[in-house]
Parts: sequence; structure tokens; C-alpha cells
Amino acid sequence: MKHFIQKVVTDNQFKPVRLLAILRAVQTEFTYIPKEAIEIIAELLNIERTQIISVVEFYSFFHLQPRGQYDILISDSITDQMLGKDALMKYFSSQLNIKVGEVRADGLVSLDNTSCTGMCDQGPAGLVNGYALTRLNKQRIDDIVHLIAQQKPVNEWPEHFFTVNDNIHQSGFLLDQEITHGDALQAMLKRGISQTLDEINLSGLRGRGGAGFNTAMKWQYCAEETASQRYVICNADEGEPGTFKDRFILTNYAHQVFEGMTVCSAIIGATQGFLYLRGEYLYLYDQLQTILEHRRKLGLLGHHILQSDLNFDIEICLGAGAYICGEESALIESLEGKRGIPRNRPPYPVTQGYLNKPTVVNNVETFLAAAKIAISGGRTFARLGTEKSSGTKILSISGDCSLPGIYEYPFGTTIKQVLTDCGADDVLGVQVGGPSGIFISDREFDRVLAFEDLATGGSFIVFNNKRSILDIVKNFIHFFAHESCGFCTPCRVGTSLLKKQLYKIIDGHGSAGDVIALDELCQLVKNYSHCGLGQTAANPVLSTLQRYPEIYQDQLKQISFEPGFDLDASLETARTLANRNDAKAHLTQVEE
Amino acid sequence: MKQTIHIDGKEVPFKEGQTIMQAATEANVYIPHLCHHPDYEPHGSCKLCTVKVNGRNCTACTFPAMEGQEIENTSIQLQEDRKRIIQMLFVEGNHLCPSCEKTGNCQLQGVAYHLNMLDNHYPHFFADRAMDASHPDILIDHNRCIFCNLCVRASQQQDGKNVFAISGRGINKRLIVNSKSGQLKDSDIDVNDCAAHICPTGAILIKRTGYQTPIGQRTYDQQAIDQVTLSREHEQHDG
Repeated sequence: MKHFIQKVVTDNQFKPVRLLAILRAVQTEFTYIPKEAIEIIAELLNIERTQIISVVEFYSFFHLQPRGQYDILISDSITDQMLGKDALMKYFSSQLNIKVGEVRADGLVSLDNTSCTGMCDQGPAGLVNGYALTRLNKQRIDDIVHLIAQQKPVNEWPEHFFTVNDNIHQSGFLLDQEITHGDALQAMLKRGISQTLDEINLSGLRGRGGAGFNTAMKWQYCAEETASQRYVICNADEGEPGTFKDRFILTNYAHQVFEGMTVCSAIIGATQGFLYLRGEYLYLYDQLQTILEHRRKLGLLGHHILQSDLNFDIEICLGAGAYICGEESALIESLEGKRGIPRNRPPYPVTQGYLNKPTVVNNVETFLAAAKIAISGGRTFARLGTEKSSGTKILSISGDCSLPGIYEYPFGTTIKQVLTDCGADDVLGVQVGGPSGIFISDREFDRVLAFEDLATGGSFIVFNNKRSILDIVKNFIHFFAHESCGFCTPCRVGTSLLKKQLYKIIDGHGSAGDVIALDELCQLVKNYSHCGLGQTAANPVLSTLQRYPEIYQDQLKQISFEPGFDLDASLETARTLANRNDAKAHLTQVEE
Repeated sequence: MKQTIHIDGKEVPFKEGQTIMQAATEANVYIPHLCHHPDYEPHGSCKLCTVKVNGRNCTACTFPAMEGQEIENTSIQLQEDRKRIIQMLFVEGNHLCPSCEKTGNCQLQGVAYHLNMLDNHYPHFFADRAMDASHPDILIDHNRCIFCNLCVRASQQQDGKNVFAISGRGINKRLIVNSKSGQLKDSDIDVNDCAAHICPTGAILIKRTGYQTPIGQRTYDQQAIDQVTLSREHEQHDG
């Protein structure tokens, strides 16, 4: 073990900021992070063992106890559930003869749920030893069970198990054609660097992750800071359930994204960039490295880019299963080898970001657009979309429609138009912007995609009239409680309480006052949480409670009070101890 | 030029670089808090010190005071919401005040009284948490930990050690001890360390000192927490 870890740490140049990369390697080698490994890493990196333990416990893909040689995770996104995930999971668990969440006694295999893996257009999806599995069905599960029994290494499994389709159905300004390698940089050098920032400004480009901060302004703030070093970070931690457009962009337009980052580096004066890639997209890692290598050979990265005095390079860092790392300051913490806890603001990343240096963090699609704008100029882009939301937006459409996949639309497009294009009928509603966004009903399909109306980072999930609103909300609320980082009280405790309160109502244990209590809790979590996760975690309840109050009310019992716990289930320990299970050992609440 | 903010209409002067909490404490204005301590870098996690700054909720212990801010601190809404937040802390852990040695000296209890908390409101989690009684002089009762991070900061910033850390994610968050065995007895904590005395609740206690002051004569039995805190922290801010 010592030899292996020594090598991994050496490969990572003994840098504590590379802790996640080091732990990923250890996890892969041993199926967990052994105690002994923690001691060795702590000594080699000269950091506290507690930092390592806390990082291991924070990220879903790290474990302190051994996992199976084949570690299988099934995506628990609502879209996977709609494609029959629950039944498949049951089948999988019976065929493998293990319970969900367990490691089989022979240590060969483990099975568990995981948050959305970004394959919503081709689910039910999963991961085996970190690699994406798509289009799971009973037949494929039988095949996988067989391969595991034969102990066939994952890299010898049939290739088509891992095929990820693009499913692009509509392209526009951004996706019609990828720019020629180097064109954006040539255009920038010809026009001038500050003039290129002017073009970005003219374009009106706003951040594509969902929050919509003005991109030129962010870059300018960063450029104006006095500092010895600055950083460019591309946020590819695409964790919002229902979003997979960055997966598509990085598969097909990675050159352009890297070029956008390079344009940004020139404008703000950075020499180092990072692509923070979510762990679920591990399968993209090698091809992205190849592209970076190719760009270095072309003189588009490294020293004296295109014979100018620009120097810039990009490093790819993999996440390890934590939705919160999509929040920019949590992402920076993660890049520094720590738990992904959002920082206090101010200071903002543009003044104190990575290693406390001025840092620009932008979404994959923002850099993609910036590269294109550097060539075509800001006006072309600004002519598209609406006044407040210029340009186009790339959507990831999934759920109940005949053509799930990637669609590019100018801002201002109606929901109705999108639904027609993706082949959705009998629509109950649409979740725009993922669980943290908003659920809109069939009476709102004239609303438009735009920052001033329906903002979205790209997630667009369609539900037909056979779906149950409460099932959807339940899935989303579970997601937030699972992904809360735990830093602040209202989100840590509040999201778990929200889950309890919602389940109480859904399971038929709610009584008069419970919906009001649910609403009150939502307001607290929304108004007092530290970051965007907590501030939006109650949205699934709030947006459906507002539109369908009767659905919640109908669940309530006609009694004045029900306790927040299941009376009968609470007696289970007592029954076990007393070794009895007769009628008198059970209790039900009766209204006097 | 003298700079001022307004807290509930009262004019409060501040110096460049001060947080709202610092300015308020100097002006004898109490803002409830648990994870904040004037000797340490602000943390901003308990959210009890949330105030409304120009209509927006901000954490007073981390948010900088800026000229012209209109701050709400004691509105009914804020006090009610803070009560709910402290109730969350009560149901998350296992806080049994009548049988806790810290009763009367406990800041969690003190702030709860200040906010007029009369019940738990939320269902209990009944978290299964352990005790660490391994150390000869110091006891950790994880049932009472509220993750204020003060022992972590005190150990790092005052004692020059690294005895504690916060681990886990979300509701599985936990306090861990920096030793090979994970037990306090094998860490390099000393009974005289600040980290051993800073706990605002009864999660970290010094052994063989219990009940020396009878219940009824303890700090918050004699004076409400806002008064105690202001006189205590006022000095620290000035010093």
C-alpha cells in the first residue's frame, strides 16, 4: 500500500490541493480509503488526517469501508424513476442477491443509489466503478450480473453498455458549427484584448449556469483586481437533475470551451485554468486530456499562445459526487482539496477565489458562447433572444416526450414551442431549471425561457398527466436533503425536517395544520440558508403548493392532530425485544 | 468622517472593516448568536445572527458594516424565525437540559430562553450519537454538539493545534478528533487548552468540575444572555 500511495502522491506533486485526485486513485485501487492510507497521505502531504477523513466523508464516491469490487450505482433522478428505475433496482438487487446500500458478503459487488448522473435522455442510467452505464433494462441487468459472476473486468464489458448518445435535435447560433481551432484567439489578437472584452460586453452575455450574472462585468471586476496570479475556472459540475447539456458540449465542442477559457485568461490576465468535471463524467476525462494535449501541440495552450506573449494552460480536476460543488465557492474549496462548503460572501471569487486569488468561475456554455462571440462580435449575439436575455440557451430536455435530448433556442421562446418540438403531449407540467427551479402547470405554457421569466441552467423535464405531483416533489426533496452540505442550520436540519414533514403528509399521516407547517418550514429554509442550495431547496414544494394546494390538502386525515412520527413503527424495537408480534403489540391512533 | 449604520432605527457608528456584529456589540446592541465568538474568525453557520440589511437577510457575524445600512434586528418576524432555527438545533441533537451539567451556563439554552422558546416545535431526530470519555480530564458528549466549530477554531487559532474537525455531510455532520484512534485521549489536547473550554453547550466538559456551582446560581440563572454577552464581548472587542 505504501508504495502505491507514494507513487500517487508523487504523481500529484505532493500538492494538498490535489487531495481529491489522490483519494480517487486510492478509492479505485482498494475500493475504499483505508485508515492506513489516510495516515500515509497525511504524512506525505503534511496535512492533518482529519482533513482527509472529512473530505472522504463529504463526497459520495469516497468510502471509509470497502465497497464491492464491482461498485454499482443507479441514478435516482426523477427522470430515471419515470423510466422504471425502481422496478429495475428491485430486479437488480434480487439478481445480485444483495440489498440496496449493501456490499455482498463475498465482497464482489455493491449496489446503491446515486444522485442524477446526467443521462436523463437515455436512462435508466447508472455507474459501474465510476463509469457511466446507459439505457439499463432487464436484459442488460442479466448480462451485467453474468459478467460480474464471471469476474470480467469492467474494461472488457461490451462497449455498447457505455455508449452515450448525443441526441441533438435542434441547433442554433452556438451549436450549428464548432469554431475552427484557434479562430477565437486569432480574432482576439487581431481586434485587441480589451476590445474583445468590449464585444463580450456588447453581446450582453449572462452566465449560463442559471444565475445569469453579466459575464463581461465579472471578467472586468477580476481584471481590475491587483494580484500576482489569477485563475479561470470552468464549472462542469453539472449536477442539477435533468441537466446534461454540458455533457454534450464537452463531448463535441470541448475545443471551443477551452478556447473560451483561453480568451477569458487573456482578458483577466490569468495563466492557469481549471476544468472542474463532475465525477459522474469520468468517461470524458481521457478524451478531454487528449484535446488539451492537441491544443498544446497546436500552440493554442502553453507558452506564447499563437506566438503572442500570452501564457495559459488548463488542468482537469474531477469531482467525487457532491451536487453542492456546482456552487462556485464550494467548487473552489473542492479544487483546493477540501470539503465543498460554500464560503461566506463577501469576498466574492472575483476578488478572492482559488487560493484567495481573483478568479472567474463560469459555466461550460458561457465559455462556449464567449469563444463564438470573440469571432462574430457582440452584436450578432445580442440580436438574438430578448432585451434582457440576449443570445440562445441550450436545453437538456427529458421526461415524457418522444424526442428527449439537446435543443438550442433563442431566449424568449415559449414553453409551448419547446413542448411541440420535443414531441410532448398530454402534458401535466414542466420542471424548468431542475429541482431548484420551478414547476409550471399546463396553464402557463405561454411563458418564455428568459432570465426575466423562466430562468434555467438547462434542465427541462416534461411530465404527462399520468404522473403524480407528490412523487415528483418527494424525489426532489429527498435529493436536497441528501445533497445539503450541512454547513448552516436552516439547510442542514431544515431540509431533513422538510423531508419528514412532506413524507408525513404523503404517507397519509398528516392532519389539519400540517400543510401550513410545511409551508412555514419552506419559508425558513428558503430565507435563512447560507447558499443557493438551501435557498432553492424548498422550491419543489412551494411551486406545487401554490399551483395545486388541493393535492396536499387531500392527503390530510380528518383528525385534529397526528404526531410527527409513526406510532406503530416506533414500537418495533419493543416488539423485537419482547419477541412478539400479535395484535396487542400494535398501536393505531384513534380519534376520541 | 464618522460612518454609521442604523440598527432598528438606532444610530450605530462603525470602523472600516468591522462586521455588523462587531459594530452592534460595541454599541451595546445584542444580536443572538452561537457560532460567533469575538476572539475567532467568524464562521457564519448557525444563522441565529441573521439580520435584515436593507431588506435582505444577512449573517451579522460575517457581513461587513457599510455606510447607510438600515438594519432590522428585533422585528417579530426575525425573532420568531430565530426561535425556529434554534428549535432545529434542539431537535437535531439530544439536548436534555434538566440532566445536563451545563444547564444555566449553556449558551444554547440561554439563547433559547432569550428567544422565548417554550417547546421543540419540530419532531426529534433522536440521533444516535456517542460519548468519548477516554480522556482523563475532558469529556465529549456528541449528543450536545451543535457544530458551531468553536472548538475547531480555538484549537487552531489559539492553541496552535488541530485537535478537532468537522466531518460528514448534511445531517450526518459530526465532530471528529485528530488522533490515530479517533479518541480524545490519543490527541494532543490539554485540559488547559482554549478548545477544552470554549464549547457553548455541554458537548465538551471538564471532568471532576461538575456541579461546583449549584443550579440556580449559574451565569444565565443570574442574568439573561443578552446582558452577559454584551458585557463579556464588549470588553473583548475593545481589547
